[in-house]
Amino acid sequence: MRIVLLGFGSVGQGIARAIHTKDLGITITGCADSRSGVVDDAGIDIGAALERKQKTGYCGDTRITPMDVVATAEYDVLVEVTPTNVTTGEPASSHIRTAIERGKHVVTSNKGPIALAYRDLQAAARRNGVCLKYEATVCGAIPLINAMQEGLAGNTVTRLLGVLNGTCNYILTRMSEEGLTYEQALMEARELGYAEADPTYDVKGIDAAIKLVILANTVLHLDKTLDDVETTGIDLLTPDALRLADEQDCTIRLIGEIVPGDGVLRVSPRIIPKTHPLVVEGTLNAVTVETDMAGEITFIGRGAGSTETASAVISDLLSIRDRYVQGS
Amino acid sequence: MKLEMRDTPGQLVAALKPISALGGNIIAVIHQRDASSTAESLDVQIVLELPEGRLDRLLEMLKAEGVNVVRIGEERLLHMSSLILIGHLMHTDLSDTVDRIDRTGFAEVTEMSLVMPAINAPSSARITIRSVNAEDMRKAIDILRAVADQKDILIIEPLEEM
Repeated sequence: MRIVLLGFGSVGQGIARAIHTKDLGITITGCADSRSGVVDDAGIDIGAALERKQKTGYCGDTRITPMDVVATAEYDVLVEVTPTNVTTGEPASSHIRTAIERGKHVVTSNKGPIALAYRDLQAAARRNGVCLKYEATVCGAIPLINAMQEGLAGNTVTRLLGVLNGTCNYILTRMSEEGLTYEQALMEARELGYAEADPTYDVKGIDAAIKLVILANTVLHLDKTLDDVETTGIDLLTPDALRLADEQDCTIRLIGEIVPGDGVLRVSPRIIPKTHPLVVEGTLNAVTVETDMAGEITFIGRGAGSTETASAVISDLLSIRDRYVQGS
Repeated sequence: MKLEMRDTPGQLVAALKPISALGGNIIAVIHQRDASSTAESLDVQIVLELPEGRLDRLLEMLKAEGVNVVRIGEERLLHMSSLILIGHLMHTDLSDTVDRIDRTGFAEVTEMSLVMPAINAPSSARITIRSVNAEDMRKAIDILRAVADQKDILIIEPLEEM
């Protein structure tokens, strides 16, 4: 199976490394970062591209744009892992549309297009007889979307609760365990590379809210936008608040909640008993799904990271290969 | 809630049956022999939980069984939720915030812990609200949310009612 890989940052490199080192039967015929690209229908030299990126910051030729790669290379599946833009979804949405119009399958980790334009993109994919998969957009390595669409098929979901942002969970874990202030815990998270220089997107609950929108629209068949999510971040929490929760054997975690029956989508810090399965440590993610037949099911795992996200992307790729591209 | 009745032979069984029939939960049966009482007439206390609005029906059923209820204890508010508030709680009139719940008549603030770290720094408080049923609790929390919004207070709700 031939793929092109758009986005050669931490996630893109993680995917390239996995394909390079594991025998997955996948050939990369094109790849691009924001400033360069490389196309070779016989398969690019992945090792060389990784080395070039490491040394020069470019994965290919600066005259080749990501759109050139999508529009001209020979491939079966587009892997779109460029950085997320939550306002416009671009340039990822255009990359995905172009690939779909060319009759190519798409796998993405990019939250923008899925949160903003899922219906359109999925309709276009159906029209063109191709598959659009996005497991990596929510909770990194946890196969949540696959589990909800396949494993729990036929169940009615009455409620979904989740710790969807590792940065916030790390900060709250440290505030709770060490009595750190929010500022101290954030500084520590930055030093460890768990928080961005501008942490707004994470600590204000926006990242978690986008993941709720994706889950609501894709697996719960609602029609929601970011504006529909009642969002409260963790940046105003005090160590005293965590101590007050601790006195009752509880702690505080940022929880995303969907109640499909009421159409409620909410991200907010919540008081939660320490023994609750959603109380996970550090940067872990956790999701509890309440269903009519299967009862309660909780998934726990790594929500971010280069190799972890690659795991979700590769699982989508192999599922497409088995269903659609067999023999090629 | 506590029921007290005269203990004559067979009355205890007769009293317990309707409680479970109405979906009640018996917490304790206290069977205390008083030195002054006679063998055929003892006081029995039953502590029980009963879904709201079924007390009258229970009393009717007990009467039909020939159970003589001497005294009905106080109804307790069984639904409880602890929430944490963060903000300038004193400057925004904490007693008014509490009063808005108490004033409803169907829910009340029964406990509060307040931490005030420094002047001008936001304070944190844990408040416990009790109500007779879940619907009243939901209404009380909605009121608190509106007040918090008005006073720029961050409110942290429990994931589940306790």
